[in-house]
Amino acid sequence: MSPLDRIANMSTLKQHDIVKLYKVEYKATVSLSDQLCFLIRPRIQTVKWICDVVNADKAVGRFRRYKIIFTPQRFFACEAVLEEEGVFGDVTTDEWAFYLLPLDDDILSMELPEFFHDNFLAGDQRWLRTVGGALHLLHSVYGPFSKLYGIGSCSQMTYEWWREQVEQGEQGARPAEIGSVFLIDRDVDFVTPLCSQVVYEGLLDDIFRIKCGCVEFGPDVTSSDRSVKVMLNSQDKVFNEIRNEHFSNVFGFLSQKARNLQTAYDKRQGMDIKQMKTFVSEELKGLKQEHRLLSLHIGASESIMKKKTKQDFQELLQREHCLLEGFEIRESISFIEEHINRQISMMESLRMLCLLSITENGLLPKDYRSLKTQYLQSYGFDHLLTFSNLRQLGLLVEQQGAETLTVMESKVGKLVNDKTAGKITDAFSSLARRSHFRALSRKLNLVPKSDEEYDLRVPKDMAYIFSGAYVPLSCRLIEQVLERDGWAGLEDVTRLLNGHEFAVTGGSRAEPNSDAQRLVLVLFLGGCTFSEISALRFLGRAKGYKFIVVTTAVTNSSRLLEALLGNHA
Amino acid sequence: MMRSKADEEEYWHSSKFKAFTFEDEDDELSRLKESKQAVNSIRQLVEEDDDDDDDDTEKVSWSGEPVGSISWSIKEMAGSNQKIDREPAFPRIPTEPSTLNKSHSGLSLSSLFRGKAKSENFQSFSDAFSDSVRIYAPELRKPKSEYKDYVCDWSPEETVQRLLQGKAVSLEKFRSLQDKLLLLDFAVAAHDGNVITAVLIYLKRSLRKEVLFRELQSRQTALRHFIHYLTESREQKLLLELLRALGRTEDMALLQYKEHLSITDENNKRDFLKSCLSLPFSAEDSAHVQDHYTLLERQIIVEVRNPFRSGLHWSTGCLMLRSCCQAADRQAERGGKVEIYQRFPRKASILNMPLITTLYYCCFYHYGEPEGTFSSPLNVRRTFKISEKQYFVTALAARAKLKAWSDVDALFTGRNWLGFTRKKSPLSFHRVVDVLQRNSAPTQVLQDYVALIDDAELRISLAQKLKCHDIVISTFRDMKDRQMLVAYRGKVEPGSAPERKIDDLLNNQQIRWKN
Repeated sequence: MSPLDRIANMSTLKQHDIVKLYKVEYKATVSLSDQLCFLIRPRIQTVKWICDVVNADKAVGRFRRYKIIFTPQRFFACEAVLEEEGVFGDVTTDEWAFYLLPLDDDILSMELPEFFHDNFLAGDQRWLRTVGGALHLLHSVYGPFSKLYGIGSCSQMTYEWWREQVEQGEQGARPAEIGSVFLIDRDVDFVTPLCSQVVYEGLLDDIFRIKCGCVEFGPDVTSSDRSVKVMLNSQDKVFNEIRNEHFSNVFGFLSQKARNLQTAYDKRQGMDIKQMKTFVSEELKGLKQEHRLLSLHIGASESIMKKKTKQDFQELLQREHCLLEGFEIRESISFIEEHINRQISMMESLRMLCLLSITENGLLPKDYRSLKTQYLQSYGFDHLLTFSNLRQLGLLVEQQGAETLTVMESKVGKLVNDKTAGKITDAFSSLARRSHFRALSRKLNLVPKSDEEYDLRVPKDMAYIFSGAYVPLSCRLIEQVLERDGWAGLEDVTRLLNGHEFAVTGGSRAEPNSDAQRLVLVLFLGGCTFSEISALRFLGRAKGYKFIVVTTAVTNSSRLLEALLGNHA
Repeated sequence: MMRSKADEEEYWHSSKFKAFTFEDEDDELSRLKESKQAVNSIRQLVEEDDDDDDDDTEKVSWSGEPVGSISWSIKEMAGSNQKIDREPAFPRIPTEPSTLNKSHSGLSLSSLFRGKAKSENFQSFSDAFSDSVRIYAPELRKPKSEYKDYVCDWSPEETVQRLLQGKAVSLEKFRSLQDKLLLLDFAVAAHDGNVITAVLIYLKRSLRKEVLFRELQSRQTALRHFIHYLTESREQKLLLELLRALGRTEDMALLQYKEHLSITDENNKRDFLKSCLSLPFSAEDSAHVQDHYTLLERQIIVEVRNPFRSGLHWSTGCLMLRSCCQAADRQAERGGKVEIYQRFPRKASILNMPLITTLYYCCFYHYGEPEGTFSSPLNVRRTFKISEKQYFVTALAARAKLKAWSDVDALFTGRNWLGFTRKKSPLSFHRVVDVLQRNSAPTQVLQDYVALIDDAELRISLAQKLKCHDIVISTFRDMKDRQMLVAYRGKVEPGSAPERKIDDLLNNQQIRWKN
């Protein structure tokens, strides 16, 4: 499902005289219409294709009218293409400031997965304004905010941009509906999105890929020959009760639910005709609906079980937990190596490699070389380009002795003048971005002591979303900052996270304990996972907050890594 | 301009930085107020540079003119009335000094020629009357703009402000390098990638690339935007030149190597890869690219070319016989002469497959060929220095798939080139069992390997899972665990051989059970 489907489906579009929908791609259009309207993201490549269409029409003397609607905004670079291709003026352009798609009561998605690649890998800040715009929109509708917190350079820039908008704009006195806002860059925490998800909604996303809040279940789930598209949100009563549950609880819940349903159906035995009439008119429809949903989720759970047993999920999770804890690193390395040797999933191998690198602060040069070589042999030499991307982002790097680095930096710094020193610092910055996961984990107590039994049915902290093995760093930061009302006392942590933290107070005069003040908007720049959303929901229940998650896109380990693969033209 | 220094200071600092405000009325007072603010905001950004009085005069000279009061839309003006004296609701976050200052130091050379730059500026100002201003006219309110054209001359910052608002604006009048770079630096300071790129496109058109590259070196944010822009618009040649100028040779090599992905013809791709061998990769990557080339070359030989025709020589006559059927697998398959292709038709061609897939393929279709042939697994192993464990796993999987159990067995034993003694494996035996079981090996085969698992618990659990009764029973016997044995008796088929064996053991008086 695409965002457009969520907003205006085909029948709506037909009512507005749209004849047919085409996907914009690299081929000639077949449409016979005299007016073509292109609704696109502002991408140079797409605009070039459109120029080809226009120029092809021109060549055969065909006259049509063309309109490009850029969403969420037009870029100068795209207009420059129109100009260069000689179709500026033949094509009119417009903007559709589409910022937020509500996926659920508490999830707003900007549906901008490219934010992650463009911003973090390419270093292009073109989407910051879009995020700032979304924040501005929320502010003007639900503001004023009383507090803003954030961490990460993009968050900071977004805040700056938004602040200027607020200053320039009008600000009426409205009751504040949102208390505080937390902005966080995805590169503050790469560990969490790289972990296997074991909460039901996250698992569904990992396995079936949820698109725009909608999942397509294939024949193996529906146990028929058809695939079904299912909307996954709080409207689905069955799903709503299990989405945040650890997968081990889901089966129990579903079978209990099935028994209840049976009992409800069984009630009709011994009913007189009047009771039966009420039953049919009032309950039966609901029961049938529930029945359908229940069977779908049971089917999905079965399918998950089948897939996961086949790939030795248990062992994989165990190795992941070892990496998070920092135990048995050698064993984990040889586990990953075997994974690669046997050509088991290319993405899983890459995911584990990255997890190893981040948690260990880089790989020993010897291990790095050997694992890279084996990876290239198993999955193709063109992944050279993938490794180069991962290194650039600091996700998979060779270890450098920390001391040698600083010594070198200061030595070099003394030798050369400022300008060159700046350049060298830039060169070092990718190295400096190395993760300090182990230290962070200690300071923030991310890995609970493993000797205690963790009851997943009665979770005691956010670690339950990873079977009690790990509290997501991102959510822990949010928890701590809200608790402390700022970054005070977290100086060690922010230093390890490369700084760019802020906490500012606005002029909102709302009462400190009103409902609005407990409402926290969390804005993820670069995507967040369903597991993180589940963790925040848990935190909200435990501490009396209500979280609304705004994200550039919902992500998971596969999407995150796919954005970094280099082996495609 | 005529004020004393102290006056000037007071003038500059008399008001805090505020966003622009634009009044509808054109009266002198409000105009002055606007320009004051506009100038002050510039002042703040270039503060570090104030040793240069010329600069200041230049800016003050704008303030003599009505700056930017035209063409602001109604909406903005409506908003502007209320905010004039309001304190910002949220504070700025103190950040490290903006890149602007740094970049100014990079300008030191051009500042030597400031006089000239200024006169150029002047010229552009007069040019503005004639042509460039008209370009952005369509958006302006006509009647007023006709008159305003004569006086409007947006500063770099104001121009960037307009770009930020998505308005049409002409950049043509910024002709001096200094102005161009100011544009760029203001764009960077505004954190809007769209505007940064817009300015870069203009700089790319109006500056010699060497000059642009030089200036970008000290502007990392702008540089990354430029690289991304060139990547997206596929201006490979210019991008390579840029990387070369920056001394980023490895990135350059990788970028060129990347081009192979869009070549579909395998021979062209091979030739292209060959040409990549001389690129300045890191030593490590260089070896990988070499392997990539060798692999594709090898795949082409195995898949398509007949070794006789291509003039490859085999050392012995007996090898010649073999190579008749090993070469040109595509033909062999089409001809249907070779049995294995009929039993296991190939799902896809081997071209462009990873090395390990190729090795698997060779282990599958060309197992046992002497090392001299290109398609022999041993040859592949040697050429690419594949690790022992990797080779072993791949051969095991391939032979198990073919149910060639004797080959499987031989992998663990007879191969003295691996230096194995009886049943040793570079892979732990429970993995071996896993590989075999995934290839649906029968129980008789499996149990041989299950028995070799060192860890007793793992052995039992796997044996139970795979129904290797003998192993379960003898392990319990070795552990002297009578209770487990009794329990296991319930799990085997009544009257079967395993049951009899359990009974024999349970009746055996010699064993000292621990329970």
